[in-house]
Amino acid sequence: MAAHSTAAFTADDFKGPGDTPVFHDAQGKHHPEGGTMLGFWLYLMSDCLIFAALFAVYAVLGRNYAAGPSPKDLFDLKLVALNTSMLLFSSITYGFAMLEMEKEKQGRMLLWLGVTGLFGLCFIGLELYEFHHLIHEGATPQRSAFLSAFFTLVGTHGLHVSLGIVWLVILMIQVQMRGLGDENKRRLMCLSMFWHFLDVVWIGVFTFVYLMGVL
Amino acid sequence: MSVASEDLHTRGSGRDVHEEPGGHGTFRDYMTGFLASVVLTAIPFWLVMSDVLGNPRLTGIVVMGFAVVQIVVHMVYFLHMNTKSEGGWTILALIFTLTLVLITLVGSVWVMYHLDTNMMPADHGMHMPAPQSTPTEPGVAAPAPHQHQH
Repeated sequence: MAAHSTAAFTADDFKGPGDTPVFHDAQGKHHPEGGTMLGFWLYLMSDCLIFAALFAVYAVLGRNYAAGPSPKDLFDLKLVALNTSMLLFSSITYGFAMLEMEKEKQGRMLLWLGVTGLFGLCFIGLELYEFHHLIHEGATPQRSAFLSAFFTLVGTHGLHVSLGIVWLVILMIQVQMRGLGDENKRRLMCLSMFWHFLDVVWIGVFTFVYLMGVL
Repeated sequence: MSVASEDLHTRGSGRDVHEEPGGHGTFRDYMTGFLASVVLTAIPFWLVMSDVLGNPRLTGIVVMGFAVVQIVVHMVYFLHMNTKSEGGWTILALIFTLTLVLITLVGSVWVMYHLDTNMMPADHGMHMPAPQSTPTEPGVAAPAPHQHQH
């Protein structure tokens, strides 16, 4: 890690013998992580577009209640605030896990990852409770365009978090079995980006769907 | 890592410690991001739940502003976005994505709003001929008669 952090590129790095530019990076200096982090970032950006499309659907259909219940009748902001804090806490605990990973402290890292997973489970639990409550009251996805858009957007986010928890558990098992090698570090960093990205999407959800919904 | 030896105050200008997104934050980075996020989350909830401003439109705009700031905070302190990581490709991808997101959101709302307005039932019709010039014939399965203007 330290070797990469001091690497700085000059124009000479891209020139071969005879001042011809070299496009094949023979020294392997250009992408220290083999390009995985950039590739995963690009995946996250494409995921961002999926959420943008779902937000656009909600923006268009979010006020079409079909004489059914409106956000004011349905949403419990105290529950949403609790839910938001769960996701925010899970973000900081994942950050602590990454800090322990850099210090090569596997046990403490696994502990923080476990805490992160528990916060994630609380988030999913509260969301499922909310969905169950809504459906029990008759506010099902079939009830109105607003509710279809709501369940699609929030459900897709919840699905992402659920799969993130599955990924987290798998990585914890893998780290326990194989130790904290370079591959596992790279995987943990990918999941870190995924996890923080989901928190970013949630900012959009609680602001646009919940807070602005009840105004 | 050489983070500890580095002067924290000059890091903004020459942060070559953060090479790629995902890892490499400091404890200080994470705590700053976390505390900022808590504040930036708590204020919008407070504004809406206790209706501080008393004006839904204004509250909506303020709440959106807080969301944008919080997203930037998350990007910088949790995702470690900067113009240097991966030789600037991550920020380029992000800018490209944000452009597409903006087109998707603003375009959808803009088009659908106008479509909605222009497709309103006849009583709000904007470009329709006057109701008197097109009398509905009895017996024909015509759409519901024009309602009077409110």
